[in-house]
Amino acid sequence: MVQTIEVSGLRKRYGDVQAVDGVTFGVEEGEFFGILGPNGAGKTTTLEIIEGLRKADEGEVSVLGLSPWPRNPGLLPRIGVQLQASSFFERLTTREQLRTFGSLYGVPVKKADAMMELVGLEGKADVRVEKLSGGQAQRLSIACALVHDPELLFLDEPTAALDPQGRRNLWDVLRQINTQGRTVVLTTHHMDEAEILCDRVAIMDAGKILRLGPPAVLVRGLDVPARISVASGVLAVADARLLPGADEAADDGISLTITTRDPSAVVAAMAAKDALTGVQIHGATLEDVFLELTGREYRA
Amino acid sequence: MSTFGSFKSLSRAMFLGFGRDRAALFFTVLFPLMFLVLFGGIFGHQTTSKVNVLEVGRAAILDQAVAGGGGELGKVMKVTRTPDRAGALRKLEKGDADAVVEQSGNELVVHYSAADQVKSGTVRGLMNSIVQSANQSATGKPPAYSMTTRQVEDGSLKAIQFFTPSLLGWALASAGVFGASQTLVTWRTKGILRRLQLSPAPLPTVFAARVAVSLAIALVQFALFVLVAQLPMFGLRLSGAWWMAIPMVIAGVLAFLSIGMLIGAWAKTQETAQAMTQLVVLPMAFLGGSFFPLDAAPGWLRTVSYIFPLRYLNEGMLNVMGRGLGPMSALPQIGVLMGVAVVGAMIAMRLFRWDAV
Repeated sequence: MVQTIEVSGLRKRYGDVQAVDGVTFGVEEGEFFGILGPNGAGKTTTLEIIEGLRKADEGEVSVLGLSPWPRNPGLLPRIGVQLQASSFFERLTTREQLRTFGSLYGVPVKKADAMMELVGLEGKADVRVEKLSGGQAQRLSIACALVHDPELLFLDEPTAALDPQGRRNLWDVLRQINTQGRTVVLTTHHMDEAEILCDRVAIMDAGKILRLGPPAVLVRGLDVPARISVASGVLAVADARLLPGADEAADDGISLTITTRDPSAVVAAMAAKDALTGVQIHGATLEDVFLELTGREYRA
Repeated sequence: MSTFGSFKSLSRAMFLGFGRDRAALFFTVLFPLMFLVLFGGIFGHQTTSKVNVLEVGRAAILDQAVAGGGGELGKVMKVTRTPDRAGALRKLEKGDADAVVEQSGNELVVHYSAADQVKSGTVRGLMNSIVQSANQSATGKPPAYSMTTRQVEDGSLKAIQFFTPSLLGWALASAGVFGASQTLVTWRTKGILRRLQLSPAPLPTVFAARVAVSLAIALVQFALFVLVAQLPMFGLRLSGAWWMAIPMVIAGVLAFLSIGMLIGAWAKTQETAQAMTQLVVLPMAFLGGSFFPLDAAPGWLRTVSYIFPLRYLNEGMLNVMGRGLGPMSALPQIGVLMGVAVVGAMIAMRLFRWDAV
């Protein structure tokens, strides 16, 4: 089966920095693919090489069966790119913006106008881009990337700087775009976002892919204990430590937290003691996988 | 992909963006026009005032000359009668009058002040010729010599004839350099260049659209300048090959856009680009002869002025719009400006960067 994106042995160096250091992966048609990594991991450079904005020092890239470099006018109409910065023409309204970008691809005015509906900006048609809120501007930039109906969409940190409502609203839009059959490639450093949206993720650091797979598989592969917490005082700490499967227990006066690698046995035992008031179970998340792989130390 | 469609729509987008930018509109269109109105108003009516003569009592020789002169004397001299001799002399001393004239018997006495040498000279010459012609007619013989006068076309440059093309040159230079440098830097820092690079629209189309918008703005500036300067209060007269100013304007805009592209390609931030633009445009406007005529400037300044492309635009437009020279006279300047445009664009292309990193 032909993959939408095939990358092998990609390398790119800027001066002393090896930004991309031997990256190999493939993205299948219709897939929602995420690239995760801390700042400076090489995500953006990798994307830019795939999009055809930069030339790789080494390695092969094929997008929809074509080579993106040098600038390939046969490929460009088939991909859509939403850039990190909201790159709009100054002082144009939402509608004018979409029509202008559409015209670069020969998209009729009517179709360009219809994009406003897809991202929920019908009410902002005559508002200038400078007056849009962060979330609205982000949705407009996605609409601009989609205006020519591309088969493959690249999103570079689309929910950066959005509030929780804005992020969830945008997730709905992105899911809808993906279910229409488009392949979507996304970079983000929000782990919850990747976990919710992506079929598969690649975790990058220092120019290399450290792990690649569906988020759930990556999380399961991580040997991180689950934490079960109940209201403080429901069970004595000493009793909790003796529960079958419990590794460790602690009470901070608000919650009693039990650490375990066998959460089902612990919960069953607690149920038998009728000690499940306010129970919450926290498993490992993609964030744990990410921190495990890239380290917890803060990099300024 | 319809290249023309992209061109049209990009031009439209940029024109709308420009039209909605109040500050840009003010500085490129209104501000230079204000200078034209100001300079045209200040320097437009600079005529030498008439000689002011006070006539004490009755001076028959003077009265006859004024009555018989067919109004010619009235153009250069204003005669006011006064019975107060002492008051008239005091006025003369204070400079409120240029001469006091009285007749005693057959003698015409002319009092003058040496404060204004030109006016006192004029008044003495006038009075002398009045007395001479009175003497001549007293002999009853026809004059031995006669004089006929013929006016030639006024070759001196009226203020408005100078300021219209030269202030227009300044307006075009600042709009062109500023427009191109700001567009390039803004597009790069905002990522619009990236976005355009990712679209299938051919890149020359994108730049052609920017040039087309600048040319359109320049022609609007030209039309406004010429129309305002032709209002009766300013009185610009367009002669002969004035239309040759249009290709001059186009060549000038191309040259300035290319300088602006050079700045825009080099500068990393909008602030740098703005400062650099001022640094280029202002000295160029002063030394290139936009604010004062260089004809009277020292030789070295005139030599230096030819470093600036604006000098060629000013000179070329002045020749066809102000001095009424023929259409061919503009060709050397057009050639220089086109050369600047090509060389500037070539260097700008070498310095060009797609992204801000």
